[in-house]
Amino acid sequence: MADTITKADIIKPENLVYKKTDLLTDKVLSYCPGCGHGTAHRIIMETLDEMSLQSETIGIAPVGCSVLAYEFMNIDMQQAAHGRAPALATAVKRLMPEKTVFTYQGDGDLAAIGTAETIHACNRGENFTIFFINNGIYGMTGGQMAPTTLEGMKSSTSPYGRDLEMMGHPLKITELIAQLPGTYYVTRQAVHTPAAVRKAKKAVRKAIEMQKLNKGLTFVEIVSNCNSGWKMTPVQSNHWMVENMFPFYPMGDIKLEGELVKK
Amino acid sequence: MKKELRLMKGNEAFAEAAIRVGVDGYFGYPITPQSEVMEYLTAEKPHERTGMVVLQAESEVAAINMLYGGASCGKKVMTSSSSPGVSLMQEGISYMAGAELPCVLLNVVRGGPGLGTIQPAQSDYFQSTKGGGHGDYRLIVIAPSSVQEMYDFVELGFKLAFKYRTPIMVQSDGAIGQMMEKVEIDEQQKRFSEAEIIKNYPWATTGKTPDRERNIITSLDLDPARHEKHNIELQKKYRKIEEKEIQYEKVQCDDAEYLFVAYGTSARLCLKSIQLCREKGIKVGLLRPITLWPFPKDIIYDMADQVKGILSVEMSAGQMVEDILLSVKGKVPVEHFGRMGGIIPSPIEIADMLEEKFIKG
Ligand SMILES: Cc1ncc(C[n+]2csc(CCOP(=O)(O)OP(=O)(O)O)c2C)c(N)n1
Ligand code: SF4
Repeated sequence: MADTITKADIIKPENLVYKKTDLLTDKVLSYCPGCGHGTAHRIIMETLDEMSLQSETIGIAPVGCSVLAYEFMNIDMQQAAHGRAPALATAVKRLMPEKTVFTYQGDGDLAAIGTAETIHACNRGENFTIFFINNGIYGMTGGQMAPTTLEGMKSSTSPYGRDLEMMGHPLKITELIAQLPGTYYVTRQAVHTPAAVRKAKKAVRKAIEMQKLNKGLTFVEIVSNCNSGWKMTPVQSNHWMVENMFPFYPMGDIKLEGELVKK
Repeated sequence: MKKELRLMKGNEAFAEAAIRVGVDGYFGYPITPQSEVMEYLTAEKPHERTGMVVLQAESEVAAINMLYGGASCGKKVMTSSSSPGVSLMQEGISYMAGAELPCVLLNVVRGGPGLGTIQPAQSDYFQSTKGGGHGDYRLIVIAPSSVQEMYDFVELGFKLAFKYRTPIMVQSDGAIGQMMEKVEIDEQQKRFSEAEIIKNYPWATTGKTPDRERNIITSLDLDPARHEKHNIELQKKYRKIEEKEIQYEKVQCDDAEYLFVAYGTSARLCLKSIQLCREKGIKVGLLRPITLWPFPKDIIYDMADQVKGILSVEMSAGQMVEDILLSVKGKVPVEHFGRMGGIIPSPIEIADMLEEKFIKG
């Protein structure tokens, strides 16, 4: 009879292929299975762990599906009012300039209700990092239209698809803030494939490293899926994202070392 | 120790006090009649004097949320504004009350509603003492009636704010903010170091070190049972504040047959009205609430046994008078007198009104 593999065999150190970072708590994620938020949390927390920054990091959670980010991120955190995270982060960083400070925000939070706070924090060149999860929809409240919802895209408040004449255009806030002299590093990434995750994680690290230079705001957009809001399976939603979101929100660096990247 | 004396505007005294008590951060947005606070602070270069951060925010919404961020780190943070700006801050104030964050807010009240006027008023009493933002919370509200008190209440404000981990409002008005008087200035106090903050405020988000659990500042709890418990704790705190922190001043109350109740600019006017009344043989006193919340209801209840009538004087349509009525519990007649729209009543008007309401009638 062939040897059966026991649990004791599996957990042997030589069989270890992946270990969750201690900077994520053991709390079960509140995100829908298949949602990109979980992966985004993981790469940010892994990076802070690898850089040994836990004891000097303060994170700001938004209002949106990631409102409970402080339950999952094992660091000191503040929970902000909807859209106001950059205002909180501004004060935290100005009052404690030696700390590592970041906000984690959805597209409704950052590009609708918090547009003023976002633009002015970027324009003042505040030395913190914004992680911006753009899923083109309001996930938390049940899939309403976001400022980033694509033309023709259906949501619970654009049930026949976004009509540009009636509802205005999807907002490329990342391109907009890249124009501002206060931003130092602006990039757009995704976390839907292992290759994309590796790239996105590099961008996360770069943003945090560049924060330390005190040369301005660093900004990582992660175009992500909302399979629940989009009413698709996780796999379908990732295909849909590549086909529809990526052409409008193209991947890659937009601003490097304070200079716009020429395309 | 001999103190330094200076002639200052109320708004400037408030700003100087901020530097002197070791405030870490001021975040604000210009609005008349309080813009001198930030103007004074930027001119004084407090970053050189004490390391204090002064930042002009993009709006009052951003300013109050900067306070939320700074207070979460255990820092002494403050803002100042006037009525329309304070309305914009209500969201953040509610969040700070919910998350139990200390800060000092100054409202140099002007006439409303809407854009109203830039002239003095006292018509934000309801907003500051009854809520303003959403949810069951209270603000400690202290009302200065002199430039000296504009100075002194910064320190008092931070003492109360940190003692109870709650936002406090210094409720002034355009007259107190703009007028000049002599002020006694205290010695410079040191700002807290990070080590002192960590020791004094173990809840502050200063970075999770291996020796403690992570600190989380939030006003959210999706579990109703836990959230009710949090609310019950908040209410207990408010009851304790009501028990311990009421402050008021009594002027010529010993032989008074009538009583003015007034705060801020109105209280100053009433001092002159008392003199005018007493010249005519009408014995009037003044009870000046210093804390508008918690409201000095017991002393007013007691005074109601002594006097024949109480006149609430407030530059509003009659807001504080509701709290007086609740305090007096029907024992004596209570009336309101006030002017609106930025008009300051004259002491003669106030004295005449007392006669008209209680004596001639
Ligand atoms: C002042 C205020 N308005 C509205 C809401 C309701 N609300 C909660 S989350 C949300 C949208 C969040 O969407 P997004 O930022 O895109 O994040 P996602 O949930 O998609 O991750 C809204 C409108 C709120 N909490 N506060
Ligand atoms: S609703 Fe959308 S954004 Fe929110 S957790 Fe579910 S899939 Fe993710």
